[in-house]
Amino acid sequence: MQLIFEKSVVNGRRALTLPEMNIAEYKLPEYREEIDLPEVAEIDVVRHYTGLSKLAHGVDDGFYPLGSCTMKYNPKLNEAVAAFEGFTAIHPTQPKETVRGWTDALNMLSDYLCEITGMDAITLQPAAGAHGEFTGMQLIKAYHKYNKDFGRKQILVPDSAHGTNPASANMCGFEIVTVPSNSEGGVDIEALKTLVCEKTAGLMLTNPNTVGLFDRNITEICEIVHKAGGLMYYDGANLNAVMGICRPGDMGFDVVHLNLHKTFSAPHGGGGPGCGPVGCKKALCKFLPLGVYGSKLPKDTASKSIGKVKSFGGNFLVALRSAVYIVTLGADGLLDASELAVLNANYLLALLKDKYPVAYDRICMHEFVLTAENIKHETGVSALDISKALLDFGIHPPTMYFPLIVHEALMFEPTETESKETLEYAADAMLKIYDKLYTNPQELHDAPISTAIGRVDEVQAARHPVLKYNK
Amino acid sequence: MKFLKTHEWIDVNGKKAKVGVSDYAQEQLGDIVFVNLPEIGTEVVIGKAYTDIESVKAVSEVFAGCSGKVVAVNEELLDAPEKINEAPYDSWIAEIEFTKLQDDLMDEAEYKSYVESQQ
Repeated sequence: MQLIFEKSVVNGRRALTLPEMNIAEYKLPEYREEIDLPEVAEIDVVRHYTGLSKLAHGVDDGFYPLGSCTMKYNPKLNEAVAAFEGFTAIHPTQPKETVRGWTDALNMLSDYLCEITGMDAITLQPAAGAHGEFTGMQLIKAYHKYNKDFGRKQILVPDSAHGTNPASANMCGFEIVTVPSNSEGGVDIEALKTLVCEKTAGLMLTNPNTVGLFDRNITEICEIVHKAGGLMYYDGANLNAVMGICRPGDMGFDVVHLNLHKTFSAPHGGGGPGCGPVGCKKALCKFLPLGVYGSKLPKDTASKSIGKVKSFGGNFLVALRSAVYIVTLGADGLLDASELAVLNANYLLALLKDKYPVAYDRICMHEFVLTAENIKHETGVSALDISKALLDFGIHPPTMYFPLIVHEALMFEPTETESKETLEYAADAMLKIYDKLYTNPQELHDAPISTAIGRVDEVQAARHPVLKYNK
Repeated sequence: MKFLKTHEWIDVNGKKAKVGVSDYAQEQLGDIVFVNLPEIGTEVVIGKAYTDIESVKAVSEVFAGCSGKVVAVNEELLDAPEKINEAPYDSWIAEIEFTKLQDDLMDEAEYKSYVESQQ
């Protein structure tokens, strides 16, 4: 497919015509004459982007079991409400009494998210999950500083954690200490005991963790960290497994971030806008960013604020979609969603595990991790090859090579919104691929063959990226 | 040349040591696309990563097997990270003036059986 730049063949062709100016032309001092923007007609722009959209694969196109990302269906009702004029045609500096719907929605969502997570207050400002992690880490930093506990400079992070965890803590000036996993994929308790000390600021944990297992020792883990004077941070990436079943606040966590695009069905919009709310327990509420919503906020909320992390209420229309999702499902519906997410993952796992080895052979939560390590050893076919082959079945690949503690990892998260038939179709595709491992591995190395672009040269792309169009 | 359980090698020469990653490590990582060379003067501590390398699969931390200070880096790897895949034992990442070596370093035979036990 041609680039939009390559479709620009006639100088001066425009997608729209502006009326003649009735003021004198003003030349920008920094204006670059040679800037080479594409010049095409409106129909060319429309066809270009419609064409691109046909080459993409989203949740609306087919199965998307990308582990740890919770690619659930985004109900169109969310979109309909987010398009209401009362929400789109307002401005955050309008007098408060003229935007009651806006503040009501933010208060309602904040209350619900506090109830779901067991937190006392929540900020909706962070623009995405990693931004939420950064905000949460700032809260922990502010807490220790407020208590004049200046030596707490270390954040403990399990070796199975999302890469954003150590990155966020590091950006806040913390030193990272890695906690090894035990044979069940959970936190190694004995190792944790030796790692906590007077320098411990906190532990960042995902539960269920990134291998899709609930850490059975969670209360003991929290106790160890709290006794050492540290705080517990909950990475909400996997909350979809436990809504209405258990709450991070009750497990012992002090700070929580959520990914509304995962658990609460806001779109995964190619880099944004997003919303990564951060909730905390009472002792930390005073440090929250200014502009906290909710009907039952502790009195000192944001009184010692770390400052704003985003303008106004954050990305309101994203938050609104999640508010619609929550009221549509209700408390029973959210519980159903989590239970079905776990059931779906276990069903798919049961269909696959006789052929593909499981990294940790236990009843899983909402996702599970297979390992193609032996397959690669025996046949030369890698996790990457298997993933690429799935594309030819119209299925988006699972997450590959993550978590890092599992070699040749394939991490599937079907979510609750997929039917039994879809799961069976995916399992059947995986079994067909399995048969080819031993009969025709070359076909798998060559996959995909049905997509617009076949196997891309990832090495060349990473070593010599072409980031600029040159004629 | 000695080896670490985390699949790096260390080649001691007097008070200095060159460090890199093992053949098994490069095999597991796959095609390496970027080596984040440490700055000269960086303090290196036993048990703590001194840098990281990026492959098409992931970014991985790298350990040195000694404590000390970085005195030289292999700048050739900036433009040709694939050298680690092609010749892991010739492709040193950093040279370290060390004050202490890690106690549990393995020799080649020990490392070989360690790798086999991991598979």
